[in-house]
Amino acid sequence: MRTGIFIASLVAIWAAASRSVDATLLPGPDEVLRALWANARAGMLHRAVLKSLGRLALGYSISLTLGVTLGIALARVRAVKETLGALVLGLQALPSVCWLPLALLWFGLGEAAILTVVVLGSLLSVAVATEGAVNSIPAVLLRAARTMGAEGIVLWRRVILPAALPGVLSGARLGWTFAWRSLLAGELLFVSGGVGQVLEFGRELHDMALVMGVMLVIVALGLASDRLLFGLAEARVRRAWGLDRA
Amino acid sequence: MNTRETEAPYRARPGEALISLLGVTKTWPGAGASAALEGVDLGILPGQFVCVCGPSGCGKTTVLNLIAGLETPSTGEVTVRGLPVRGPAPDRTVMFQEHALFPWLTVAENVAFPLEVAGVPRGERASRAERYLRMVHLWRYRESHPHELSGGMRQRAALARALVVEPSILLMDEPFAALDAQTRDVLHAELERIWIETRKTVVFVTHNVREAVRLGDRVLIMGTRPGRLKRDLSVDLARPRGSNDRDVAELSLVVERELRIEVEKVIREELDDARIGADRDLHREPGRDLGGGI
Repeated sequence: MRTGIFIASLVAIWAAASRSVDATLLPGPDEVLRALWANARAGMLHRAVLKSLGRLALGYSISLTLGVTLGIALARVRAVKETLGALVLGLQALPSVCWLPLALLWFGLGEAAILTVVVLGSLLSVAVATEGAVNSIPAVLLRAARTMGAEGIVLWRRVILPAALPGVLSGARLGWTFAWRSLLAGELLFVSGGVGQVLEFGRELHDMALVMGVMLVIVALGLASDRLLFGLAEARVRRAWGLDRA
Repeated sequence: MNTRETEAPYRARPGEALISLLGVTKTWPGAGASAALEGVDLGILPGQFVCVCGPSGCGKTTVLNLIAGLETPSTGEVTVRGLPVRGPAPDRTVMFQEHALFPWLTVAENVAFPLEVAGVPRGERASRAERYLRMVHLWRYRESHPHELSGGMRQRAALARALVVEPSILLMDEPFAALDAQTRDVLHAELERIWIETRKTVVFVTHNVREAVRLGDRVLIMGTRPGRLKRDLSVDLARPRGSNDRDVAELSLVVERELRIEVEKVIREELDDARIGADRDLHREPGRDLGGGI
């Protein structure tokens, strides 16, 4: 309720502001919607959205698989921690889009380059969160599991992974956000197709209404995927694990 | 008097003992001069309920972990049925101060977990879990998750989980220490009833003398620096007992006097340490580096 009123007043302020300044610099909500609608009817918008989401799905799946594996290895294999550990922390400081020039030189102006950026953008945060989640499993649970004879695969499948799941899930959620941002940065800068490119296209045409419309679409997509994919799953896991006191 | 004091009473008859410790010493790498355990000889007969009492840092938990196979002695030998302990085994289950139930499983799934690990078929798992859930009066709560239960109920679930594999030895490390007095009384009575019913061999670590006397056939008092066995008392009181029985209270006073000497020694040494500014860690009670390296 409060959120609704807040958003409505934001839109009202926006509408009032757009009337008092140059409409080419700050188009009002109505113009933005019109621009979006025109684009959507031309089929450009949904093609771009699908293209972006497809890239995201592929890149994110790769980085989730690799990230969780790497995180577990960091937590449980000393040799990995002592070698890759420092590298992971160091590379985390590098914004993923910095990989783009390199990726373009290696893979050319195409899908492989953008995937590289998406994967590198989210892989490390997933790995670090997974490592933290595995490391913070209460020692008494592992000790109890040992006294009950759980070891090897059984220990992993039935104790370590479920115990780490809430932490892994928040890492996955963070990774999703990073993947989404990396993707847009990459599309905006170089790579054809996708939502980022529509944004760049709008800039070139000085179509401020389209630019703002696409920004809104990006926010909406980000918010929806976060809520639908992760919000529900995380809430369910946290409730079942007893992490939220109802 | 109800106490019969015996000096190292079971050492001479190793053939009878179910659990025996012979010349067991445990030192921690990098620890100060005192060993966590030094020269511990102990024999525990089948079906005995043995309580181990002592001040913090006396190594009582170490004794339990050695029997559990969670730790290995630095010197000496720990045997169960004459065979050296090489690691944890389903014949010796452990109950900790923390319930250590898996939060993602229901109570029934938690209790059935050790059976699942042991490869017991599903149907039998369910019926055995039911039997022990009923024994600890948690059948109604079988579908609940651990966080939905009270502290006492969680420990009862942990007890059912420890019993479900039908071990001959039950190792308990201050399992009721975090509970309020009323709940603890109830659980003492339940544990005693279950023990009479099942005749497990129980090793029960506690710092609470009243609890030790109320539950045990035998109370071991441990001293500290180095950790060692100081006294071995038989408790020949009729069962079922109550924490407030006069005999239990009287005997507790005797044991407490013994223990106080040790506790005062710890306090004195702590003060000395503080004076010379040494910050040796008195709570070398292990458990600290367990769970690593799995």
